[in-house]
Amino acid sequence: MALLQIFEPGQSTVPHQHRRAIGIDLGTTHSLVATVRNSIATVLPDEHGRVLLPSVVRYGAEGVKSVGVEAAARQAEDPRNTLASFKRFMGRGLADVTRTHQGDLPYEFADAPGMVQIRTVAGVKSPVEVSAEVLRVLRQRAEASLGGELTGAVITVPAYFDDAQRQATKDAAQLAGLNVLRLLNEPTAAAIAYGLDNAAEGVYAVYDLGGGTFDISILRLTKGVFEVLATGGDSALGGDDFDRRIACWAIEAGQLPPLGPRDLRALQVEAREVKEALSSRDRARFHVRLQSGEPVDLTLDTATLESLGANLVAKTLKPCRQALRDAGVDITDIQGVVLVGGSTRMPMVRAAVAEFFGQAPLTNLDPDQVVALGAARQAHLLAGNRSGDDWLLLDVIPLSLGIETMGGLVEKIVPRNATLPIARAQEFTTFKDGQTAMRVHVLQGERERVEDCRSLAHFELRGIPPLPAGAARIKVTFEVDADGLLAVTAREESTGVSAQVAVKPSYGLADDDIARMLRDAFDHARDDLDARALAEAQVDADRLVDAVRAALAADGESLLSDAERSAIEARIVALVAARAGSDRSAIREATDALSTATDEFAARRMDASIRSALAGRSIESI
Amino acid sequence: MAVTLTERAAVHVQKFIAKRGHGVGLRLGVRTTGCSGLAYVLEYADDLKPEDLEFESHGTKVIIDPKSLAFIDGTELDFVREGLNEGFQFNNPNVKNECGCGESFNV
Repeated sequence: MALLQIFEPGQSTVPHQHRRAIGIDLGTTHSLVATVRNSIATVLPDEHGRVLLPSVVRYGAEGVKSVGVEAAARQAEDPRNTLASFKRFMGRGLADVTRTHQGDLPYEFADAPGMVQIRTVAGVKSPVEVSAEVLRVLRQRAEASLGGELTGAVITVPAYFDDAQRQATKDAAQLAGLNVLRLLNEPTAAAIAYGLDNAAEGVYAVYDLGGGTFDISILRLTKGVFEVLATGGDSALGGDDFDRRIACWAIEAGQLPPLGPRDLRALQVEAREVKEALSSRDRARFHVRLQSGEPVDLTLDTATLESLGANLVAKTLKPCRQALRDAGVDITDIQGVVLVGGSTRMPMVRAAVAEFFGQAPLTNLDPDQVVALGAARQAHLLAGNRSGDDWLLLDVIPLSLGIETMGGLVEKIVPRNATLPIARAQEFTTFKDGQTAMRVHVLQGERERVEDCRSLAHFELRGIPPLPAGAARIKVTFEVDADGLLAVTAREESTGVSAQVAVKPSYGLADDDIARMLRDAFDHARDDLDARALAEAQVDADRLVDAVRAALAADGESLLSDAERSAIEARIVALVAARAGSDRSAIREATDALSTATDEFAARRMDASIRSALAGRSIESI
Repeated sequence: MAVTLTERAAVHVQKFIAKRGHGVGLRLGVRTTGCSGLAYVLEYADDLKPEDLEFESHGTKVIIDPKSLAFIDGTELDFVREGLNEGFQFNNPNVKNECGCGESFNV
């Protein structure tokens, strides 16, 4: 016997045609699932009425022991096999994870091609598998709550997730038996929840401080149409960092001896509870019993918490400024600030946000639920359940995408903050005569040089017809779909010869702290431009030296006197010497000098080739 | 001639209307569709048509068009929970056959 829901006027579905769709906020600290029921977005609680599912998975020898509350409660007992905050490892390599978390995690990591893995008693687990366990529990909860199989799900990811991290999230959903309707940026989902529920218009900032990530997004809402103007953030900053600070404070204040992983975990769990308590009180007791039996009994007050967390809060404001600049809006243009993430319950965070934006932030929806509610609305729509609000959703890509060109430079093809989905093509050519292959190196980042950007993929286009340098036309197309996943194609245009190449998003390569990459791009803007100019001068020099040497080999004997020839050779030597240095103007001067010295030679070659083309032909036949 | 809500159903309808932000009541009706001929309509009502009939049940307004009333007269609408699942259920004395799912019926 089906249980019926209330529809919007005129939108009742035909019996059995109502599609069950859910939105999932797969969070670092906790996850939750929401749906549109009785035409209202609502979160789905479990059988105990709990909405938040701690993103914690506990493994035993025979497999998954528990997921959620029970697993979280056992964290201190069995830290190595109780996995938490694993969202931070999605799509990341071992080097990344150990660099960001210098030994403060109790897990035993195993290196694996692409993504880090974690050794547990149940075997080696990838973050994708662990995430799938959480998603599976939410799927089952949703099926029980909605009375049947699901059509699909919208899963949210931080705006800063790169291709590898997004793909990892999709893989996890698939493993959990979910049909992913699409991935949605968390701040965008929050805007959907707020924008539609409150019919708000204008330019808004979404400040999302979750357990493990910080995102700031600048959005424009007009008549139900969302446009993301800019995004920014820090993919390794969140409530967990406050917990860690408090735990460190406890070690110092309590003068504790060096602690094992169990004790560290216990301190962190207690730190979180104390932090949450201090959102509504002035002081809280920090009480833990160590493995040794020794009790730790301290009191933390809000003033101390504020001094511990002050620079973490300050760290969130720099990306805010950056996002405002990227969006081209002034702080006074912001008509509302939406708070997302449990960490925004902290009074110190609210105060800092209010001061920065010059207005009190919006808090009428639960900051823990707002993302899931927005995802549920999107899922409801995508599953084909018509709704009166017809809205379009525009997302942006967080970092520019491009390819490597001669001289180790990055040519950007899709600029940062371009709206999705997007396809951009650019033509490239060969550098050497008779070149038949081209290596395409796909990069992500804002810097000018290859070594400063993040390498996403390499591939080779073969079968280019042998042509003089610069004659082949190779079209490189970048396509980023609505989920932010990238495909790159290279095609040789002049002959129609095409090589089909698919780039699979590569998991967790090094050098990926995106927030840092953005910061660096700004801090090094001047250096980068200089480096770019130098590299371009060097590429020009090489091209000229190659061309002159080839010409000398072909026609040097016949068209030049010994004196002329040695004069040109001297200029080549001078240019090669200048090229080896890093003085850009010296390279330019030497290039110009060689170019001028060969003007006469070039003219003679031109004459000679015309003469030979015309030789033996009468004037009438031309 | 009347259609009623159980108290539980009325409380939930009011809660949903409050969350939705607007609406004058609940519209009940039937339309010809589904595997057994007729299907229930359960919608928020934002306005009344001239021919609409109005009932009030536990403080909640129920709106029905006269054509539908013939098929659902005497119905009591309940709100039930089955495990995690929850929703409305029509207890309709006019029903002769019902499809297994309860979403459509005939009289």
